[in-house]
Amino acid sequence: MMDVALESTASEAVVAAPPAAPSALRERARSVTRAVARTVLPPLLGLAVFLAAWSLVAASIETSIGAVPGPRAVWDAAGALVEEHARERTKAVEFEARQAERKEAFLREQPGEPWIERQYAGKPTYLDQIVTSLKTVFAGFVLASLVAVPLGILCGSIPLVQSALGPFIQIFRPVSPLAWLPIVMILVSALYTPEEAWFEKSFVSSAITVALCSLWPALINTSLGVASVDRDHLNVARVLRLGWWTKVTKIIVPSALPLIFTGLRLSLGVGWMVLIAAEMLSQNPGLGKFVWDMFQNGSSQTLSMILVAVFTIGFIGCLLDRAMVALERLVTYGGAGAR
Amino acid sequence: MAFLEAQSVCKSYGALSVLQDVDLAIDRGELVAIVGASGSGKTTLLSLLAGLALPDRGRVLLDGHHVREPGPDRAVVFQNYSLLPWLTVWDNVSLAVDNVFRDWPKARKREQTERHLELVHLLPARDKRPGELSGGMRQRVSLARALAMDPQVLLLDEPLGALDALTRATMQTEIERIWQQDRKTVVLITNDVDESILLADRILPLTGGPGASLGPAVAVDLARPRDRRAVNHDPRFKRIRREVFDRLRAGQEWTRRKSA
Ligand SMILES: Nc1ncnc2c1ncn2[C@@H]1O[C@H](COP(=O)(O)OP(=O)(O)OP(=O)(O)O)[C@@H](O)[C@H]1O
Ligand SMILES: [Mg+2]
Repeated sequence: MMDVALESTASEAVVAAPPAAPSALRERARSVTRAVARTVLPPLLGLAVFLAAWSLVAASIETSIGAVPGPRAVWDAAGALVEEHARERTKAVEFEARQAERKEAFLREQPGEPWIERQYAGKPTYLDQIVTSLKTVFAGFVLASLVAVPLGILCGSIPLVQSALGPFIQIFRPVSPLAWLPIVMILVSALYTPEEAWFEKSFVSSAITVALCSLWPALINTSLGVASVDRDHLNVARVLRLGWWTKVTKIIVPSALPLIFTGLRLSLGVGWMVLIAAEMLSQNPGLGKFVWDMFQNGSSQTLSMILVAVFTIGFIGCLLDRAMVALERLVTYGGAGAR
Repeated sequence: MAFLEAQSVCKSYGALSVLQDVDLAIDRGELVAIVGASGSGKTTLLSLLAGLALPDRGRVLLDGHHVREPGPDRAVVFQNYSLLPWLTVWDNVSLAVDNVFRDWPKARKREQTERHLELVHLLPARDKRPGELSGGMRQRVSLARALAMDPQVLLLDEPLGALDALTRATMQTEIERIWQQDRKTVVLITNDVDESILLADRILPLTGGPGASLGPAVAVDLARPRDRRAVNHDPRFKRIRREVFDRLRAGQEWTRRKSA
């Protein structure tokens, strides 16, 4: 691909400036090649070494459920999962079509009679499970942010609140999701009994567990950011006698924003990590449950499926992080240089 | 009775006694310069006058009222400008205007902001952020913000300290013009004796911290506008400058003897 791009710019340049071109062009081509070599080659090299090592190790280990899959097998497994998704989708579409036909026939024969609509009851595919996981982590993360950021602002700006909450933060922060989850599940069973359940209980439990675990980085960083607001800026607020709300929105939050975002980024990372464990145990139909189910059925496909999940989890985690960085760039004022 | 007064004010940070028995009386409409070496406690004194810090002993009076907290009637131009880097030039000034004149109609507030940016010739830079401005421009924004609050007292902490000689000269003229225009009471802190002679009615030497106190004032009885080019040869300028230096030095010796 790089070669194609290179050639096309080269030919354009030739058209633009025919006589002087050749040596300058060669020089430019060489510098582009050097840049490519610096940025693209090392990761490719790393990847090659990684794949080779993986294949080697995989071939030499035999487990109770067959050989450890190499890269090729995992790739095929991923393909199979995508295909399965496509199959399920067509089935669902066909089901809807059949149902529409039947409904029409039914209404023609017995007009006015109530028709009972049926949902297609196919099992969720891998891609559905990814979507569920994303929804869950998002719900948990939003919940955590809504609690952590305001609380962090209180913590950072009022020393009394800081010293009151400090011990709790210290104690609860290291608690593993595996300890929270049972408590959350029991409480959700007891308390979450709506008339019309918008969310599955397993979804709610997982999301709350994610929130409980990802709360802390955002809380700690927000309060740190707020506590380290420049004294001079606070003095400006005092001279102007800014109201509390104006002070928070015009001075405290903007100046703590970089650290708030660092906290939120860490929170999202923790949340995504915790989610897998939470889903495994709560049977929320996401990636965690997928891994658990594969582990349980112990077929020859198990290991390659789980490895597909591992790569998916890693890849999505990385994307989420990048997204947070992009968001931070968008909302914070012109970077550190503007101070 | 003086308009702004400090009565035997003391201030220390922990064991470090910065100000000792500082007395000060400034009349309404006066422009007073406080000069002193770096670290002598000028900023500390200013924050006491502003109410940003409270004296350990003694008190500060404004128009006969005890100063206990900062407020928009005593606008401060901070030594490091203290502009909010995430707000544009316009927003930095209008934040002050909007909060000081809460019950003004919108149009009047906008007009107030605009007029003061115009005053410091920064209307063209209204949408820039402080990070994109030069030191002198930031200084002017800070000055515009303080003036736009229409304060009774203007407290300037080395407002021109970070500027090059040329910009400094322009800004000195500017400050004098603004002061003559609406006759605010101004306390100008500076470490530049010539600057204080050019601008002030009276010069108060803050002598040798730790435990600094204000020496007797030197009156600057020169007609305005004062010619900066005359500083180097005018005998009256020379006399005043010598006097200020003498008092600063005398104070230093006095504290040295006291602490020995
Ligand atoms: N918040 C503080 N805590 C402890 N010591 C302080 C504090 N603020 C100032 N000091 C000390 O008080 C003394 C006077 O400081 P101040 O800032 O008033 O000096 P200054 O005359 O304004 O100096 P400069 O001309 O460099 O601005 C210094 O020795 C300084 O170290
Ligand atoms: Mg100072």
